[in-house]
Amino acid sequence: MFAKVALLVLRKDVVIEAKSFEMFSTTLFFAVSCVLVFAFALVRDGTIVADAAAGILWIAIAFAGTLALGRTFERERYAETLRALLLAPAPRAAIYVGKLLGIVLLLAVAEAALVPLVTLLFSAPLFARPLLLAGLLLAGTVGFAAVGTLFAAMLVRSRTRDVMLPILLYPITVPVIIAGVRGTAALLEASPDEPVARMWIALLAAFDVVFITLALWTFEPLMTE
Amino acid sequence: MKKYFIPLLAVTTAMFAYAPIMIANAPFEASMGLVSKIFYFHVPSWFAMFTAVFICGIQSAMFLFKGKPTADRIAVSAAEVAVLFGLMGLVTGPLWGRKSWGIWWPWDARVTIALILELTFIAYLLVRKFGGPGSEKLAAALAIFGMFNVPFLYMSVNIWRTIHPKTSVVPALPTGMPGPFWFSVAAYLLLMTLLIQLRLQLEERRAALDALYLEEE
Repeated sequence: MFAKVALLVLRKDVVIEAKSFEMFSTTLFFAVSCVLVFAFALVRDGTIVADAAAGILWIAIAFAGTLALGRTFERERYAETLRALLLAPAPRAAIYVGKLLGIVLLLAVAEAALVPLVTLLFSAPLFARPLLLAGLLLAGTVGFAAVGTLFAAMLVRSRTRDVMLPILLYPITVPVIIAGVRGTAALLEASPDEPVARMWIALLAAFDVVFITLALWTFEPLMTE
Repeated sequence: MKKYFIPLLAVTTAMFAYAPIMIANAPFEASMGLVSKIFYFHVPSWFAMFTAVFICGIQSAMFLFKGKPTADRIAVSAAEVAVLFGLMGLVTGPLWGRKSWGIWWPWDARVTIALILELTFIAYLLVRKFGGPGSEKLAAALAIFGMFNVPFLYMSVNIWRTIHPKTSVVPALPTGMPGPFWFSVAAYLLLMTLLIQLRLQLEERRAALDALYLEEE
């Protein structure tokens, strides 16, 4: 029942997205703009400041992720369908999981375009250890989206949601950003530092477990009017 | 709690009046000299902040799951007091840092954690103020998340770099220093309790006033 509801919510979001491409195109465009803005600040004489590629990649993911998170519940609000979702005879936590899966999927597709772009523009050897990089990106994206989906859901009814989402999200997701940037930087070294990258993935995995548990635990009382 | 307010206030005032004498008489720390005296109010202000943060987190959980309005009032009072003591620590810290490390802001582990916690609880207050109706629940969730974030912040930031005096400094203080130090800690924790209580009374009066308005309508 739980998994079925979550997958139904995910399918609904994917079908809507596949018809409009609204969130995907805006998120990706915004991420690319972020990369360009940082390039102007950090590229000197045609080469980039050491380690900056890792930072640029994660900042682009975090900023674009915030944009996507803001949109995911906006659609439900316009159509007044959030109430319908909450009234449905389904576990509320499953709705959260469905929304979370949708965001993770969207960001994963955006990252699949973003990573080659960063590799190309800054000649960063991001594909030296593809599996470890994928692990970092997945664990980091899940952690960021787990906190973000909960906050975005809570803010749906708030008038100031556009301002409040980043204010709430960034202080809590600092560990994700640190782990992502440091882990990626370890992979970018001349000889990739695998143990360090693995340690950051482990930290991110622990973060994901704790914060998804917390979100599942608080979603029900938070969404009750 | 209310009936202890006046006696506690008297004790705290006396302690704060006596603290400068104790601190002045404490021996000079060998390498730092006069600057080391900052320690007597810098460290206690962090003790007070962390205590207030945990009060806020636990009361927020009580509010969210049990729906007790009193818990929410204690949580908001504790959050305001936590931001106040955090600000105190963030101001006194760089004063020490400039003298002992030569830089105002070292980006070391503990400093960074403190700054992020301070930001989390400023965000808590911002949400409550500008979040519109229902923002108490939102703020409560933020406080719970902020509390559970502490170990992750600690780990992630710690691996970065550490030059802050270790917590092991406290038990190993030279003779003559632990007395004034723990005296200052006790005074700060008492002050924190009093401020939360004072703020709570204000919040309760506000709630009572709202209830009266509702009755009138």
